[in-house]
Amino acid sequence: MRKFSLVSVPYFWLLILFLVPFLIVLKISLSDTALAIPPYTPTLDLSEGWAGFKAFWSELDFENFVFLTEDALYWKAYLSSLQIAAISTTLALLVGFPIAYGMAQAPDEWRPTLMMLVILPFWTSFLIRVYSWIGILSTEGFLNQFLLWLGVIDAPLIIMNTKIAVYIGIVYTYLPFMILPIYSALEKLDGSLLEAAEDLGCTRTKAFWLITIPLSRPGIIAGCFLVFIPALGEFVIPSLLGGSETLMIGKVLWEEFFNNRDWPVASAVAVVLLAILIIPIILFQRNEQKQREAGK
Amino acid sequence: MRRLSWFNVTSLTLGFAFLYLPMVILVIYSFNASKLVTVWAGFSTKWYGELLQNQAFLDAAWVTLKVGVAASTLATVLGTMAALVLVRAGRFPGRTLFSGMIYAPLVMPEVITGLSLLLLFISLGVDRGVFTIILAHTTFAMCYVSVVVSSRLVTFDQSLEEAALDLGCSPFSAFRLVTLPIIAPAVISGWLLAFTLSLDDLVIASFTAGPSATTLPIKIFSAVRLGVSPEINALCTIMISIVAVGVIGTSLATKRAAQRQKRDEQAAARAAG
Repeated sequence: MRKFSLVSVPYFWLLILFLVPFLIVLKISLSDTALAIPPYTPTLDLSEGWAGFKAFWSELDFENFVFLTEDALYWKAYLSSLQIAAISTTLALLVGFPIAYGMAQAPDEWRPTLMMLVILPFWTSFLIRVYSWIGILSTEGFLNQFLLWLGVIDAPLIIMNTKIAVYIGIVYTYLPFMILPIYSALEKLDGSLLEAAEDLGCTRTKAFWLITIPLSRPGIIAGCFLVFIPALGEFVIPSLLGGSETLMIGKVLWEEFFNNRDWPVASAVAVVLLAILIIPIILFQRNEQKQREAGK
Repeated sequence: MRRLSWFNVTSLTLGFAFLYLPMVILVIYSFNASKLVTVWAGFSTKWYGELLQNQAFLDAAWVTLKVGVAASTLATVLGTMAALVLVRAGRFPGRTLFSGMIYAPLVMPEVITGLSLLLLFISLGVDRGVFTIILAHTTFAMCYVSVVVSSRLVTFDQSLEEAALDLGCSPFSAFRLVTLPIIAPAVISGWLLAFTLSLDDLVIASFTAGPSATTLPIKIFSAVRLGVSPEINALCTIMISIVAVGVIGTSLATKRAAQRQKRDEQAAARAAG
């Protein structure tokens, strides 16, 4: 009895506020757009009983999904989201790995402080961290003024409202997610392996590529997924830094819903985005599972 | 003995500069006297004064605070329950679905969570406002809380609680007197995490807020779309300082608590020996 009440409260909470809403999205994605409130048909009318359910069922179709494949906007948005997420993940790895490596090499007494310095930005508002780049990257921004003052450039660089600004934004906000798993993999690395390799005539660089990189691979993979997965559905970064030229699917969904008020298409966009996300999520979980088994 | 090479020192310095410089610049420019954010015209705190006069921002801050406290408290209760279920309850019908529903919101894009909750509230005919934001925030924050708490529960020695039960404690008081004090640090950090997530959330709040309630992130977002303003810089500076003080304070407190515990354990070991 005690167990039942313990299980049922969070269970029903999640059923009603997580699973059911998602089923509603699925249902609306199969409905037709209508000029009504709410702006879609059919709505399920339970008062008509079974006949009502059958009528509801027969009116559902895949029209919205067909529409998504026909309009080039959606194709481009999905592809460009994938591309932006992939490039940003690669950049985050290139920036994050040396930091994680440096942390793992640092003296023991520094490490808690370094850890805290990596985690602290994560507690700071995401929106503020993205916003802080607007003042830096804009045409009269801090970066351009600095470079002009140095004399490196003659005319201000246009970075704001381009994909480059979005890459910078994603790398900046998700960098802790890349650093932490790599650091925890590198920290566990047995230093005597490297010494053995050097004793056996390996150069330091070669030992790094042959030992450090393969042994930190689970951390690298985890970090990449932790950046790639949220970056794919990102809304705030492209809408603040990317301008109107940068297409990302999270932004398209938002505009479809709030600006065009096309709920069925917005729902279909959401369903397809989730279908795309399932692949990296499963791969990520497999990686975690493997690591847990290796740890036992 | 490991030594930092020049490469390590350079990458750490550049890396932390990258992480912190944008925020430092933001803080410095919040004290700029000029309305133009890119021209330095001397030190001034006038934007802080103007911020405190801005009723719309103050109202939004109040809504955000109410939502944050309510949602994170609810999320902590529900998330701790969920963690107990995940770690302790063993098999029950629908267990796979349950753990799926705990982990899925962690990877779900915010736009989808927000959209789906909005559609739920509309189909139930619930008026959107502070209440619906609290429900939405509780739902995703409880999943984070349950992950934090369950990672602590896994390492918890259950025989302690069994001993309390054997000595005649009721299950609830055994939980309250034995388990809860031990997992308390995880529960507290779960609450803090839930609170920060709630304060921070723009997307889910925008979907579930409706016209009657505006949170601070929604307010900031609509202001920021018009460009950088020194008032927003001032507001961000205040928020950054609160977080920095909070995080550093808590980490020092937990460090001291851990040291005290270690001392006590050593003292107990000496007394026993």
